[in-house]
Amino acid sequence: MTVLAIVEHDRGTITPASFGVLTAARNLAKQMGAKFEALTIGANADALSEVISKYGATTIHQAHNSALLDFGPDAWGESIAQVVRKITPQLVISSGTERGHEIIAQAAARLDLPAAMNCLEFDKNFTGTEPLKVVRARWGGSLMEESQIDAPIKLVTLANHIVEGVEDPTNSQIAVIEVELDDSVKQTFVQDRVERVAGVTLATSPVVVSGGRGVGSAEAFAPLEELAGLLNGVVGCSRAVTNNGWRNHTDQVGQTGTRIAPDIYIACGISGAIQHWVGAMASKNILAINIDPQANIVTKAGYAVIGDLHVVVPAISAEIRRRKNL
Amino acid sequence: MNILVCVKRVPAPGARINITPDAQQVDTAFLGFTVSPHEECAVEQAVQLIEKHGGDVTVLTLGPVEAEEQLRTAVSTGVAKAVLVPIDTQDWDPQRTAHALASVIAELEVANGKYDLILFGNESADSCGYQVGIRTALKLGRPIVNGAKGLELENGIATVRRESDAGVEIYKLKTPACVGVKEGINLPRYPTMKGRLASKKVAITQNAATGNEGGLKLITLRRPPERASNTKILGTGPDAASAVVDLLEELGVFK
Ligand SMILES: Cc1cc2nc3c(=O)[nH]c(=O)nc-3n(C[C@H](O)[C@H](O)[C@H](O)COP(=O)(O)OP(=O)(O)OC[C@H]3O[C@@H](n4cnc5c(N)ncnc54)[C@H](O)[C@@H]3O)c2cc1C
Ligand SMILES: Nc1ncnc2c1ncn2[C@@H]1O[C@H](COP(=O)(O)O)[C@@H](O)[C@H]1O
Repeated sequence: MTVLAIVEHDRGTITPASFGVLTAARNLAKQMGAKFEALTIGANADALSEVISKYGATTIHQAHNSALLDFGPDAWGESIAQVVRKITPQLVISSGTERGHEIIAQAAARLDLPAAMNCLEFDKNFTGTEPLKVVRARWGGSLMEESQIDAPIKLVTLANHIVEGVEDPTNSQIAVIEVELDDSVKQTFVQDRVERVAGVTLATSPVVVSGGRGVGSAEAFAPLEELAGLLNGVVGCSRAVTNNGWRNHTDQVGQTGTRIAPDIYIACGISGAIQHWVGAMASKNILAINIDPQANIVTKAGYAVIGDLHVVVPAISAEIRRRKNL
Repeated sequence: MNILVCVKRVPAPGARINITPDAQQVDTAFLGFTVSPHEECAVEQAVQLIEKHGGDVTVLTLGPVEAEEQLRTAVSTGVAKAVLVPIDTQDWDPQRTAHALASVIAELEVANGKYDLILFGNESADSCGYQVGIRTALKLGRPIVNGAKGLELENGIATVRRESDAGVEIYKLKTPACVGVKEGINLPRYPTMKGRLASKKVAITQNAATGNEGGLKLITLRRPPERASNTKILGTGPDAASAVVDLLEELGVFK
């Protein structure tokens, strides 16, 4: 029996989510009394075997094909499908990221197997041959689904940030597998790429000052911008705001926006609908500024100010400036 | 040019999601229904492409007959045709859904010719399966890229722009192709008066479909543990500013 971890990488650089995947795969293999093996796709990822062996994979499969120079969902999915056919693992686990979901779905479609994305828990008694019970995130994490995967080979992705990477080194064997890729799967390779400019983003900023429908207009975000500036933070918003065209979607927090985890989230004129909350709930502290003491965000936040944001936000900025002698 | 968009009817919960006593479904007694924001954007993108290149947009859904409401909403924003695949339950598992969608799309294409593009949402709002679009595309033998934040069509090539941690990636797919769209690609329009009238009149085609159950079975739904909330009210109105800045100092975000 085998548990196969798919190692997500970008042009040879391992992604942070992969460490959790390797650790979860190793734990599951231990529980099942199975071998823990890993797969990298493309020769540009061969050098990752060093770090993968630190996580205890006994065999590292390296899928090679001269076309595998960059990411391509069809080609990666087909590579996984061919490796799975060859080594017939009982469980295949990948990262719960955009790419992770995509390549597992691709492989599952090619193998005509079920797949469960964003798994949070796996049955602690699973031995490898029976149907696998998992708990997975629905509604972007607002709801949990207990479900059962009934197939000889189970394909899953692990929800992000659920399992922390823990090393447990071994001497891994390397097994190169030449995969065959026809022209049809080569179509969807990345053709071009504009690198991201480094800097604080909504996802990484320790302070987020966010506005909702209560802000009222695009112009009325100026005081929020000012407060964010004083705190070296960034401005976020709710979907009501992006739908009104007041701000760009890149600022949206929530299920279909960005997941954030700042030290403090200051939510101004936001009601805290579940789809918004799910994007903000990982914040270490939440301060709600709202006229409605019953608003969902007020009752769920650690701190709240009841009042009109148009008055409260400038007053906070004024107080900061006073204390900083600005 | 012809474009097909697949949408799924889902409840639109507000402050919290309630579950039915049998833990099988979201309790929709007091809820409206909608489609995923990603799918709203897929519809808008299709309409924009047709406005530029000419042709028709068709929306397709597999769901209860009430899903007609979501099809009519799409028509009110510029979609020409609507197809419903009626089922007796809220939804089918991803393998079964994709099987049904692919077979209905194949039937529609026999009658109308191939769709240059078939659009999906990046993931459905409720089940968040991340797979129905990919499974459907592969059954139809077409390339698919998910996560599109940009989509243009020129000379039979669909150019897809998507964001990754590394940067912005460009894909080029030969049509007929499929694309999974993400919110933010555009700003969906509101229905027009003309659109509303059209949506009342549009004939909704029904196509039956079958499909074997897939291997992913729902057992129960439950709510995640809730964060303990003992909200500390720092004050009312601008007088609270001082307490707020004290808090910011205490948390070390303002030095
Ligand atoms: C599938 C799906 C996905 C979704 N994804 C997202 C998502 O990613 N992100 C997201 O945000 N939403 C998302 N939504 C939408 C979500 O359901 C809500 O509609 C949205 O979050 C509401 O935004 P809001 O809180 O700004 O507006 P409202 O709900 O209208 O709340 C406005 C708040 O402002 C307060 N207020 C008004 N005036 C003032 C004032 N002067 N001072 C202080 N407070 C004031 C009011 O008391 C109220 O609490 C999604 C919905 C669905 C169905
Ligand atoms: N029942 C359905 N009817 C039509 N399209 C669907 C249905 N279920 C899923 N889809 C499409 O497939 C995408 C991905 O769904 P999922 O795999 O559930 O995340 C959705 O955004 C829709 O575009």
